[in-house]
Amino acid sequence: MKFIPVTISLLEGFGVSCVIFFLTLVFSLPLGLIISFGSMSRFAPLRWLTRTFVWVIRGTPLMLQLMVVYYGPGLIFGAAAFPKLTAVLIAFVINYAAYFSEIYRSGIEGVPRGQYEAGQVLGMTKSQIFFRVTLLQVIKRIVPPMANEIITLVKDTSLARVIAVMEIIMVAGTFTAKGLIWPLFYAGLFYLAFCGILTLLFNYIERKLSYFRV
Amino acid sequence: MPVLEVKGLKKSFGPTAVLKGIDFSIEKGQALSIIGPSGSGKTTLLRCLNFLELADAGTISVNGKVIYRGGDMKKYSDAEIRKKRLHFGLVFQNFNLFPQYTALKNVTLAGEMLARERPDYRARKKEILEEIEENARALLDQVGLSDKLGFYPHQLSGGQQQRVAIARALALKPDILCFDEPTSALDPELTGEVLKVIRSLAEKNTTMVIVTHEMQFARDVSDIVLFMDGGVVIESGPPGQIFDNPRVTRTKQFLERYNGT
Ligand SMILES: Nc1ncnc2c1ncn2[C@@H]1O[C@H](COP(=O)(O)OP(=O)(O)OP(=O)(O)O)[C@@H](O)[C@H]1O
Ligand SMILES: [Mg+2]
Repeated sequence: MKFIPVTISLLEGFGVSCVIFFLTLVFSLPLGLIISFGSMSRFAPLRWLTRTFVWVIRGTPLMLQLMVVYYGPGLIFGAAAFPKLTAVLIAFVINYAAYFSEIYRSGIEGVPRGQYEAGQVLGMTKSQIFFRVTLLQVIKRIVPPMANEIITLVKDTSLARVIAVMEIIMVAGTFTAKGLIWPLFYAGLFYLAFCGILTLLFNYIERKLSYFRV
Repeated sequence: MPVLEVKGLKKSFGPTAVLKGIDFSIEKGQALSIIGPSGSGKTTLLRCLNFLELADAGTISVNGKVIYRGGDMKKYSDAEIRKKRLHFGLVFQNFNLFPQYTALKNVTLAGEMLARERPDYRARKKEILEEIEENARALLDQVGLSDKLGFYPHQLSGGQQQRVAIARALALKPDILCFDEPTSALDPELTGEVLKVIRSLAEKNTTMVIVTHEMQFARDVSDIVLFMDGGVVIESGPPGQIFDNPRVTRTKQFLERYNGT
């Protein structure tokens, strides 16, 4: 009976996937906000630089970026490579920050000018307008695209295997190499469960914000 | 002494001069209507009065005091501009209510924020907030919405939203209340209820500057009518004069085109 050992191995692999997932979110959510400010900057060179960066990151595969981060330092500079997990996190954080920045940007730019102006003519300060008027409207606008992107991230963690990080698919693959197919399906169940929980969470947030329309 | 006096107000956007020297004044309790073709600078004028745009030249005086002078000394801090704004209220063409707040909260929000700057705020917080809410309820009652206090903007018709916006502007007790085409985003059957509210404000001697395309309404409600074209005031005077005996051909042409359609 192989079920118990396979489960334990897959859980270990899934733990690695979760680490990639959560750490990517922790760093890329704030970094994306900073990038979005750059891409909305009134200082044109900064704006174009940021937008070009976002275009390159979004226009090339994450797998390619991951390989560049991992093999690049050694092959280009003769430097020591990052530890595998660090390389994965660097590539994922940059990639997802670029995607998130565009979501933030569209959310922020989607708030009509009139909302700021109404706050201004009522004598509100900039920070009052941000916290009391626009913030919740931005959040409401970005929740659905954020949910999509974050659920994509769950599945993208499997790309880490291209530099031999032992995430869940890589683990399952080792069993397949020994002639077992079912651990692959079993690994799929982990993803399904995780994405299912996230979907419920995001639906809950959307419902909580459904009392008003933007 | 006029409550509002505007002298030589100029505003350009890049190479386009939009206001080319606007002069007018109103006495306390008067209603002034501004009419004129599209693009003549009416909205820009109201935006300059509310400091959403900063005029390049000219002065704005309230109660005899120059509160804004365009030109070299236009280095007002955000805080100063914010204080000056409170002399004016502005009702927008498309309402701009805050969607995440109820009608009541839309009316109280700015007052609550301002109250925090009062020295006695900490000591009398509860009373102050109660006063603000009391005042807001009274205003919403005045615009005929006492049964809609807990409604969110998307649950209200355009006319109701605009009436909430009027109450919201009144809540801060501005010296001069400005309206930028308050009914032109509304279905025709909803304009009446909003005009009725503005009319009742005029009867209560609220000082108002109203940009409008509703000529009959401008004639009924205003003490002075100002006809603008191409960034200048072509003609101004009591409604009888402007509508029945315009002295300038340009005014006559504009009104004829209106009556024709
Ligand atoms: N921020 C801006 N930048 C550049 N041009 C502007 C800006 N705001 C207004 N204008 C120009 O100024 C002119 C006057 O605009 P304004 O909105 O004040 O006219 P209006 O009299 O209110 O017209 P309407 O009756 O159509 O509302 C227009 O030609 C417009 O294109
Ligand atoms: Mg206008």
